[in-house]
Amino acid sequence: MKLWNHYHTPQTVDEALALLRQYAGQARIVAGGTDLLIEGRAEQHPPHEALVDITSIPELVTIQQDGDWLVIGAGVTHAQIVKSALVQQAAACLVESCGVVGGPQVRNVATLGGNVAHALPAGDGTVSLVALDAQAEVILNGERRWLPIQDLYLGPAKSRLDPSRDLLLRFRLSRATSGQASAFNRVMRPQGVALPVLGCATWVQLNAERTHYVSARICIAPVGPTPSRAVVAEAVLAGQPVSEDTLRSAVAAAQESLHPRTSKYRATHEYRHELIAVLLRRTLTTAVERACTPAAV
Amino acid sequence: MTLLMMTVNGQAQHLDVPESRTLAQFLRLDLGLTGTKIGCEEAECGICTVLVDGTPVNSCIYPAFKAQGRHIQTIEGLADGETLHPLQREFIRHGAVQCGFCTPGLIMTASALLTENPEPGVEDIKHALKDTYCRCTGYTSVIQAIQSAARDQHGAEPLPVNEPEVDEPMDVISRSVSPQQVVEKVTGKALYTDDITFPGMLFARTLRSPLPHARIRSIHTEQAKKVPGVQAVLTHADVPGENLHGLVYRDWPVLCQDVVRYVGDAVAIVAAESEEIAAEALALIEVDYEPLTVVGDPKFAHSPEAPVLHPNHPTGNLLKHIKVRHGDIEQGFAEADVIIEREYHTPTTEHAFLEPECAIGVPAGFPDHEKLTVYVGSQIPYQDRNQIARAMGLEEEQVRVIGTLIGGGFGGKEDIAGQIHVSMLATVTGRPVKMLYTRQESLIFHPKRHATIIRIKTGAKRDGRLTAVEAELYGDGGAYASLSDKVMTRATTHATGPYYVPHAKIDCYAMYTNNVPSGAFRGFGVTQSAFAVEQNMDQIAAALQIDPIELRRINAQKVGVTTATGQLLRESVGLLETIDDVTRDMRSHHPAPQFQWAWREGHKAFAWGIACAYKNTGLGGGAPDKSEAEVEAYEDGSVQVRTAAADMGQGIAHVVAQCAAEELHIPYDRVRVLLCDTDLTPNGGPTTASRQTFMTGNAARLAASALRDALAQSVAEMFDVPPEQIRYEEGLLRYNGSTVSVGEVVQWMKSNGLEARTRHEYWAPPTQPLGSGGDMHFAFSYATQAALVEVDLETGEILVRKVLSSTDIGRAINPLMLQGQIEGGIVMALGNCLTEQFIIEDGVPWTRLLARYKMPSIKHAPEIVSRLVEHRAAEGPYGAKGVGEIPSINTTPAICNAIYNATGVRVYAIPVDQDALLRAMKAQQDAITTAWSDVR
Ligand SMILES: Cc1cc2nc3c(=O)[nH]c(=O)nc-3n(C[C@H](O)[C@H](O)[C@H](O)COP(=O)(O)OP(=O)(O)OC[C@H]3O[C@@H](n4cnc5c(N)ncnc54)[C@H](O)[C@@H]3O)c2cc1C
Ligand code: FES
Ligand code: FES
Repeated sequence: MKLWNHYHTPQTVDEALALLRQYAGQARIVAGGTDLLIEGRAEQHPPHEALVDITSIPELVTIQQDGDWLVIGAGVTHAQIVKSALVQQAAACLVESCGVVGGPQVRNVATLGGNVAHALPAGDGTVSLVALDAQAEVILNGERRWLPIQDLYLGPAKSRLDPSRDLLLRFRLSRATSGQASAFNRVMRPQGVALPVLGCATWVQLNAERTHYVSARICIAPVGPTPSRAVVAEAVLAGQPVSEDTLRSAVAAAQESLHPRTSKYRATHEYRHELIAVLLRRTLTTAVERACTPAAV
Repeated sequence: MTLLMMTVNGQAQHLDVPESRTLAQFLRLDLGLTGTKIGCEEAECGICTVLVDGTPVNSCIYPAFKAQGRHIQTIEGLADGETLHPLQREFIRHGAVQCGFCTPGLIMTASALLTENPEPGVEDIKHALKDTYCRCTGYTSVIQAIQSAARDQHGAEPLPVNEPEVDEPMDVISRSVSPQQVVEKVTGKALYTDDITFPGMLFARTLRSPLPHARIRSIHTEQAKKVPGVQAVLTHADVPGENLHGLVYRDWPVLCQDVVRYVGDAVAIVAAESEEIAAEALALIEVDYEPLTVVGDPKFAHSPEAPVLHPNHPTGNLLKHIKVRHGDIEQGFAEADVIIEREYHTPTTEHAFLEPECAIGVPAGFPDHEKLTVYVGSQIPYQDRNQIARAMGLEEEQVRVIGTLIGGGFGGKEDIAGQIHVSMLATVTGRPVKMLYTRQESLIFHPKRHATIIRIKTGAKRDGRLTAVEAELYGDGGAYASLSDKVMTRATTHATGPYYVPHAKIDCYAMYTNNVPSGAFRGFGVTQSAFAVEQNMDQIAAALQIDPIELRRINAQKVGVTTATGQLLRESVGLLETIDDVTRDMRSHHPAPQFQWAWREGHKAFAWGIACAYKNTGLGGGAPDKSEAEVEAYEDGSVQVRTAAADMGQGIAHVVAQCAAEELHIPYDRVRVLLCDTDLTPNGGPTTASRQTFMTGNAARLAASALRDALAQSVAEMFDVPPEQIRYEEGLLRYNGSTVSVGEVVQWMKSNGLEARTRHEYWAPPTQPLGSGGDMHFAFSYATQAALVEVDLETGEILVRKVLSSTDIGRAINPLMLQGQIEGGIVMALGNCLTEQFIIEDGVPWTRLLARYKMPSIKHAPEIVSRLVEHRAAEGPYGAKGVGEIPSINTTPAICNAIYNATGVRVYAIPVDQDALLRAMKAQQDAITTAWSDVR
């Protein structure tokens, strides 16, 4: 089965944009193809007229520090992220989430940008980026700008980006400072599609003495059509002592405020409700441990 | 066409190719490097793995032009000339190659790992190979081979091969010789059907019904025929002979005429210059369907409201009612002190052999092909020939079926797939025609393991002795009979378990429905009944407060016991020894000195579970069972064994070669094997029912011993010595202190007009039909397994940490490869318990993609300990009986018994749903009756 007719590997963003314009909606941006091409085969789509592969554009495939920001190209693969000391330092949860996507062959080609542009609310990369409060640089309707990551999601597998026109260029996150740390965990089932039953990324900022939470950011998904923050639980943590009591209150708040659905052949809402507690407890505990280790910044 | 440049295995390539190529297509079609295999084209199975600049990628979804300017390494580039790469060598040594279809992918993925990590631990290997699947080996040998190769690469001693202990090894028998064609398999040179091409070959596709049940009002093919490049579009009207096929009942249309009975039923076929053109033409065929009431489950099928799916079948939708009556059931329950009655559900499951079906038809008169010839990796070549001939309106002798290497079968390659279709298309077009199924097509098309509903009532006395078993089984036979009759008969006759049960009443209803047909699948119905039987056993044990091992020992079949079908067991019943082996191993593998069935560590619950099994060898039930083999010696001293017995990775090729080498006293490597050519090899019968080692092993053994006698007779005449004074050693015959080689004897025979060739037709001991009270089977294999599971009490996740097994197989012809069968069977059964279900909703498959069907990956592979018990079967070759199926029968109940011991929750439906398990634990319920597919 033919999945595309023409294949382009532009070397610059301008070249990519020019190609997309030239095909006037008939071309499709591709990175690793692990969502796009699989879907094409599964749904027996007619072939795409052209694929524009963005992974030869240098600025899209690098990880670098830029002042207080850590900048990750949209075409960076999960494998690159897993190996990156820079990301490990700034965003351990992102390393953990990218490390569980598919197997090595998939991670060697699949990209963080593809994970976000595919717009599943529980995409593993997505969950961590949301907890890290990342921003995305995009060319949307021809205009280049930075957006909060959550603004890219319209619904399940529905991105604000038009994949025949709008480019996702880079992500940026604040580099971790002292007392900040994060962790990711998920629960899968051994049957059916490789989508998490529930994923959870947690980021914390502790005070200088490491006795209190200054603030926290939590993303648990899927609990809605787009990824979202568990703001009620976050608020419970802010300013409170690092203790079993606080942890318990945060877990209770998360379970009360989040209402996951039952999804066919994946999970019942009761099961997800239980997992909210398990995953939040596990990630929060790990994140606090990390924030307390002297090596962590 | 655009210029593509890259370096492949060190060679620069510059080729004009279409931009739509994937890397796998470029390698296979444009460069002819067919070592890279395609199993799914979904980035799921990983067997298409190649290295791009040293990095493993799935070449099936990697655009060829993405690799522009890069360095590609494939399996063909791994060996250094004739010197194998350490991975290739160690895969062979450790028996990590069965069908070999996954082997290039596993080796390439592993080679990237070794470059990055020269001393990987087990967890590193599991991490790296997580998405590179093998359906045959169970991964244990793969892990060993990789660790061994790693050592070899940095100059350390390779690991010793972990072979099971065997009794009384002979010269070649009970020795772990390498399987046939294994070097070809590790180097990518082995040819499977899709690797074969012919000049002018066309590509074919099948139009399949999108509806589970519908009347066909009309079929219009005019538009499709007009597409340039289309050479033939055929429908039912073009079937030259009988438009039906089927292995037991001929009820399955070659191409549907007036009605379709399942999603996937074939309606029209197209042959075109390319696969793309064929696909385009398919889309233009117009079929007008009138949807009919869908018979979605076997109980509805049995009700008066259900439409009758096969009006010619005398018992309507009841495909077959199978009965076992033994003793007096009422008396049996009256004698019981405890009675356990439960209902169990097992799902439809998929073989997921890694090589999708492929067939090539070559018309009569094509160069080198006198007759209509079909190349196919089939489990039953002679029955293929028969079914092709009938449908083509030809005599059997006018058709030749040539078996190719098979990339896994497990029972799923017994029915007709594309064999008849390519015969029709090749005959009409006068050109060779290849029909390769996509994975997605393979999933919806071929017969599966029967879903069953099993209600079973077991009675026992206070002392533990079983008194009675009453059972009712419903089997979903699907749209066509396939092997339902036989499979469900096995489920029924084995429903007492391997125990002495004086009173039994078992009824099984195999039903026609509009679901995907069900047929043969390793375990052949017994996998399903064992799930129920062995969990009832544990519940009896609990009710009587008897240790579950003790309960099994009390009731275990032994010599002198009569089975529920009235068969007196006269020999070779090693069940008790297997129980003892496993009991001993369970204690030595226990983490603490004091054995306990269950314990907890933090939020993890651990427990052992145990289950026993038995499985017949051979067709049995009164079916005449025979196999024929031919052995020929040549002037160079080599020998060829010829038989049409299929080797789908299980290894009948090396078994017959070992038998011949043993009998002829020649080295194993002097024996070649030719399998499955209906013009050149005599009929070995179907490769099913764990029968080939016993049947064709015997045929080869007896043919070879006849040849030995003929050689001795010739030596006697050549040198005028009495034949009984002739001795044999390593390819030589010794007489009066002198020797002559086998080759010289053959030369003498030829020059004297004698043939150095013998044939033997081996007939199995006769069996009796069910109900007659006689011997239904000529041998049974036995097994016991213990599973150690870990359950996460917070998430319900289940991990099988160890499986300890002991299996009575009569004799291990090849201990290492036999161990591979056991390990592979265990992991396949672990999938049956925990990961696999083919989901159908009102006749419409949800499982249309491999991405929706998870088989166990290397991550699931438990530590496996497998011991052998060798209670010789007098009639078996050197005492051997069947092994193919027995290991995949009791793993599922062993795991479920362990889950119960760990959590107090009994599992009545599989695959086990961790979601339901957690909810049951939270709610303090003691049972789950729903499976994964009930989550909605
Ligand atoms: C076997 C397997 C297992 C998987 N397991 C997981 C898992 O565990 N967790 C998980 O989250 N995902 C999983 N996935 C899904 C997938 O691999 C990831 O979502 C991956 O990150 C997608 O990246 P990609 O580069 O392959 O995207 P592509 O398929 O190339 O693209 C995805 C979508 O994004 C668009 N797009 C890509 N890049 C850009 C860009 N720079 N600008 C604009 N649009 C763009 C494409 O047009 C397309 O619509 C799995 C996939 C497979 C095949
Ligand atoms: S992953 Fe490529 S063929 Fe299966
Ligand atoms: S040997 Fe691995 S799939 Fe057959």
